[in-house]
Amino acid sequence: MESLSNKKKVLEVKPLNFMERAYLPAIIGGLATTMKHFFRKPVTISYPEEKREFSENFRGMHSLKRDEDGKERCTACGLCALSCPAEAITMTAAERQPGEENLYREEKYAAVYEINMLRCIFCGLCEEACPKEAIYLDGDIVPADYLRKDFIYGKDKLVEAPLNQ
Amino acid sequence: MGLADILIKFGLILIIFVISLVMAMYSTYAERKIAAFFQDRIGPNRAGPWGILQPLADGGKMFLKEEIIPTNATPFLFIVGPSLAILTACIGSAVIPWGQKMTIGGHIVDLQVTDINVGVLYIFGVVSLGVYGVMIGGWASNNKYSLLGAIRAASQNISYEISMGLSIIALLMLTGTLSLREIAEQQHSWHWNVLRQPLGFILFIVCAFAETNRTPFDLPECETELVGGYHTEYSSMKLGFYLFAEYINMFISSAVMATLYWGGYNYPGMDWMNGLLGTTWGPLFGVAIFFIKICLFIFFFMWVRWTIPRFRYDQLMDLGWKILIPLAIANIVLTGIGSTLLTHFGF
Amino acid sequence: MSTFYFIAFLSIFFSILVISAKNPVHSILYLILTFFTFTVHYILMNAQFLAIVNFIVYMGAILVLFLYTLMLINLNKESEPVKPFMVKFAGVFGGGILIIALVASLKSIGISDPVVLKNPDLGLVKNLGKVLFNEFLLPFEVSSILLLSAMVGAVLLATKDPKAA
Repeated sequence: MESLSNKKKVLEVKPLNFMERAYLPAIIGGLATTMKHFFRKPVTISYPEEKREFSENFRGMHSLKRDEDGKERCTACGLCALSCPAEAITMTAAERQPGEENLYREEKYAAVYEINMLRCIFCGLCEEACPKEAIYLDGDIVPADYLRKDFIYGKDKLVEAPLNQ
Repeated sequence: MGLADILIKFGLILIIFVISLVMAMYSTYAERKIAAFFQDRIGPNRAGPWGILQPLADGGKMFLKEEIIPTNATPFLFIVGPSLAILTACIGSAVIPWGQKMTIGGHIVDLQVTDINVGVLYIFGVVSLGVYGVMIGGWASNNKYSLLGAIRAASQNISYEISMGLSIIALLMLTGTLSLREIAEQQHSWHWNVLRQPLGFILFIVCAFAETNRTPFDLPECETELVGGYHTEYSSMKLGFYLFAEYINMFISSAVMATLYWGGYNYPGMDWMNGLLGTTWGPLFGVAIFFIKICLFIFFFMWVRWTIPRFRYDQLMDLGWKILIPLAIANIVLTGIGSTLLTHFGF
Repeated sequence: MSTFYFIAFLSIFFSILVISAKNPVHSILYLILTFFTFTVHYILMNAQFLAIVNFIVYMGAILVLFLYTLMLINLNKESEPVKPFMVKFAGVFGGGILIIALVASLKSIGISDPVVLKNPDLGLVKNLGKVLFNEFLLPFEVSSILLLSAMVGAVLLATKDPKAA
């Protein structure tokens, strides 16, 4: 059949010459190649001790942010949960009581805020949906664990540490 | 033979046994480490400093794993297989001369378990017996992959035994003895047999790769086609024995190659060194040299393994029957002509 | 001497097991053990070379091939043909006659003088080689021609008939 692109190249299979058939020269060549690698610096990064640098748009574990006065930004509006394609986020809203003004920025806050890290696909849509700039996926890689229940992260793991400490 | 001699002999056997087991253990570690270096990695480094306790961890794992004997297997032979493999691997070291005779506190200690005058043939016999472990295990598993692995092992071993034997014959024509001790003594200082038998050595080392089932000849356990080959059905320490036997075989065949072709415990300038160190430490230094040679050979085994892909089965048979055997016969003829010319014209 | 009787008992015991084992692979394995006891016999007679050659050639090569073939053709109880009664009867009858003949001939020969080895080193490689290449050179060479002809015959049988192919 006529080739349409004329880019076809017919490869000729040449019979091996004596040096190639003798195996040994080729084997010695191969041994030299591997020996070169023997003295090369390993490319391994021993993970828990050393870490590869994350790129700028890396999305890791979520953190719930505080504002400049150390108050929690989240108002439990539920937009993050709504936007989540994996349905990993749940929350329970509560009303701010008098005397808690230094803890929560708005009158409403999230009493319970849970992310199931096994469901989360780290797409970052919650981050985009949040009107209060309260959630960011700027953390580390989520660590491994043994039990499914330990992957449901509550506020204890998600909320940023208070500013003044 | 006094009581002291018997005790010394037992001690020697024990030491050699322990050494070959430890060597095999650390060969597994070395294998993984060297493979890592060849592939620009680090290798096992968590168990102990630099991972040197890794073999112990592996052994512990092997012992603690669940032991499975398949329902349709032949139970007795299923256990006999790995036992035979490790037994034949261990008894090969009996005739290897580890060093010169040394004196400890007035006793002359022969660093060889037994010097039978057919030592080379003994090694050969043990090697040929080694295939039974694989065959029986593979057959008793009652699994088609195991059976195929066993059959491959059998035909491969028989094919390569022939050229191995022929390459040894050329060597024996020069040494004129079958005793490994005498062969080692003949290579005093730098008169190593590899200088007289370079082709024979290459043939022998290729056959040694095939007999120990190492890459590029590891078709009996070829993962891509046969799952695990003859040890597909094995688990726990029985699998461990098969893997262990391979490393002991590697150690023994390295020792045999070092003894037959690379001078064993001999090294240039050994007389001067022996005079310097005396009759106890001099031979021990020779033993150290011998072990360095063995380790280099083991390293070579691993180096080749992580370089060359495995043969196709027909290529393997072609190499054995159409290339190695004619070359070995040619080597015998050349050796015969050469040695006759040497004796007649006295070069 | 008691070692000899023990080993001799083992040889006979295993050789009986060879013919009585139901499974052909088992009977080959018993045959291997039988040959191993032969090796021990040779060692007891101080014939080291013969022992080791028996070990290599019979145990290491020929029986491996036996085992190999048996594994390939997969004989088992189902595929074994049922022998008619007459054949079994003839077998028993023939075997019985053989035993009678053997016993009778053993009775008639009487106890001969035990063979005493004049040279205990006769079985060592050097002496064996000298004997083979001096006294028995002709039979040795003739047997090699026999082997050669067998090999040629095998090759001829194995090569394809050009007309049939």
